[in-house]
Amino acid sequence: MNYKMFLIKYAEIGTKGKNRYVFEEIMCKRMRALLKKLGSFEVRREYGRIFVEALSDYDYDDVLSALQKVFGVVGICPVVVVEDTSFEKISDAVVEYVDNEFLNKNFTFKSHAKRVNKSYPMSSMELNCEIGAVLLDKFPEMKVDVHNPEVMINVEVRDVAYIYSKTIPGPGGLPVGTNGKGMTLLSGGIDSPVAAYMIAKRGVELEAVYFHAPPYTSERAKQKVVDLAKLVAQYSGPIKLHIINFTDVQLAIYDNCPHDELTIIMKRVFYKMAQDLALANDCQCIITGESIGQVSSQTVQSLSVIDLAADKLPVMRPCIGMDKQEIIDLSEKIGTYETSIQPYEDCCTTFVAKHPVTRPKLDKILESEQALVGKIEELYEKAMNDIEVVICR
Amino acid sequence: MEVYFDNAATTKVYPEVKELMIKILEEDYGNPSSLHMKGVEAEKYIKEATARIATELKCQEKEIVFTSGGTEANNFALIGGAMAHRRAGKHIITTNIEHASVSATLEFLVKEGYEVSYVGVDEKGIVNLEELRTALREDTILVSVMYVNNEIGSIQPIEEITKIVKSNNPQTLMHVDAVQAFGKLRFSPKRLGVDLLSISGHKIHGPKGSGALYIKDKTLIRPTMYGGGQQKSMRSGTENVPAIAGMGLATELMYKNHDNKMEYIRNLKNTFIDKVTKLENVYDNSGEAPHIASITFVGIRSEVMLHALEDKGIYVSSGSACSSNKANISGVLKAINLPKERLESTLRFSFCETNTIEEIEYTVKCIEEILPVFRRYIRK
Repeated sequence: MNYKMFLIKYAEIGTKGKNRYVFEEIMCKRMRALLKKLGSFEVRREYGRIFVEALSDYDYDDVLSALQKVFGVVGICPVVVVEDTSFEKISDAVVEYVDNEFLNKNFTFKSHAKRVNKSYPMSSMELNCEIGAVLLDKFPEMKVDVHNPEVMINVEVRDVAYIYSKTIPGPGGLPVGTNGKGMTLLSGGIDSPVAAYMIAKRGVELEAVYFHAPPYTSERAKQKVVDLAKLVAQYSGPIKLHIINFTDVQLAIYDNCPHDELTIIMKRVFYKMAQDLALANDCQCIITGESIGQVSSQTVQSLSVIDLAADKLPVMRPCIGMDKQEIIDLSEKIGTYETSIQPYEDCCTTFVAKHPVTRPKLDKILESEQALVGKIEELYEKAMNDIEVVICR
Repeated sequence: MEVYFDNAATTKVYPEVKELMIKILEEDYGNPSSLHMKGVEAEKYIKEATARIATELKCQEKEIVFTSGGTEANNFALIGGAMAHRRAGKHIITTNIEHASVSATLEFLVKEGYEVSYVGVDEKGIVNLEELRTALREDTILVSVMYVNNEIGSIQPIEEITKIVKSNNPQTLMHVDAVQAFGKLRFSPKRLGVDLLSISGHKIHGPKGSGALYIKDKTLIRPTMYGGGQQKSMRSGTENVPAIAGMGLATELMYKNHDNKMEYIRNLKNTFIDKVTKLENVYDNSGEAPHIASITFVGIRSEVMLHALEDKGIYVSSGSACSSNKANISGVLKAINLPKERLESTLRFSFCETNTIEEIEYTVKCIEEILPVFRRYIRK
């Protein structure tokens, strides 16, 4: 079936009062950007709704999958546009639409007609009845249910007529760019891209940081993180990925700190570096993929000690209460799973102790970190001054 | 300095091969099956390549079928051979050090109802002949043994193995994966007594995407590709003329002045092993093949050592390149009973005729520098 138009449904934006205009415009912009390479489209706001109109030929599945990546979109209704608004043409189009769209006609429906053009010779009520009658006449298996219909057949008569019924779910959330910016820690694992996705879904723009430790971690591990950032960027828009060479700092920690505390101390440095980077790039929060109890550094005790390393910005952990399987399910849904499971070592696992602490005490960790004073500052500075930036889109 | 010591993974094509391939791509691009001149010209290249390979293998031209590479040749031999002989039995024997293109294909055949026995190797990576004798049965239809192991370079006594197999039952097909042997050893499938033998072009300075299966005259085997009936219906599909011609020329060039070449390469290998094993806690696991050195650096994970060498411009492999992106431990090293700490600390250095003694010296010097630095940092 050839749809000339899509009606975009959105929920939460509607409640944002005076800002609504801004929110809608950001969402439209994002849709325009994604649709640009798929053909010629007009994205416009009218009658308090958003319409995407195709001005050229396009691939239906590609357009749908692009629109399904725009946060803020709750539903996408493919719309049939009827230029000639005479009742005959409209009812013919409705019959054709139902015939094509529903192979099995054994369902209950309600016709929901609206006459916006008040000079139209039939009232909304009359339209409703007539369209219902035509459909019942044509497809006797269909049954009317005005209270609980399985299918709602919408017909809107303006200067042209719109017919639609199906709603394809969108991702929901809020348009990216309406809620500040976050610096996300990407490790290359399953969790961090999911965390980034979840925060972006709430309208937060993303930047990302990856800690590269050559030769302990390979060029392919780095490429994997770039690939993951690109996948998340399909939803969030372009991500500025900062790649920090962490090797020297990591070795300094190895040389000076107790081995079973390495991961904790290393992650505290990650947080500090991420915070510095976040502040320098106008981010208002740090995002991580941690989930309680998943590994030794993610026990509540470990998290509490690590968390304090970021003393100026909040750390957002959207996966915190999720089970591994739930995180995997989501990563499969957003399309990052296949990339995440490629087996390249990240720097968290390089020197991981056989028996790392699971209940670190802050005092003890701070004391251990004293051994780094005078040794790590220069390396830290060097790492922060020598960052490779990749724009992932 | 850039040093490429990963020639068992793939090689750089000979300049002459490149020139020939460009000429074919630009001028003689016809389909060998076409009836007109352009087709006839293209067909000539295939005949020429076949003749070149047949000369080196001392076999008949009709015994060579071109494939897309070593993997396809192995798949063809095993699947085609097993299918053609399934009435005689469903038992297949192989070793536990085969390349994945053999072992994975046999796993597929197991799912299809065949039975596979695996014969072990000794600490040098040589097949245990006694085990082979006991494994042979009346319904054994196929035995597949690699000639030169791709990770450690051990050479199998193919002639002897074939005798054992054939004396049990002359009808049993003998397949040899000779991808790492071709161009390095001088051999003839006929002398070895084998029925099927796989070779590849890109390990001998030919192009990737080229390979062949030697099929001894009158051997019963089923094609695995069907279509236009090219290559006497043994392998349908328009012939990859530039790749085939490139492989043919590479074969000829590789075997030119062969003894000197191999002596040179063997000398590189031996010099490297001598020098590098003088360093503390460095061990040699290499077999007899002239071009492959397998070296263990105790205390440094192979992936780390590989990247540390890469940092110095030296390119080597951990395990075989085809499988080293899987984070699992080498099956071959396990099969030769290397202790655990050596399993994860072993690299493969593989040489070719354009490598130099200076490169060897530079590499040893770099390793000497790297070892103490990285041995400090180990997992505790």
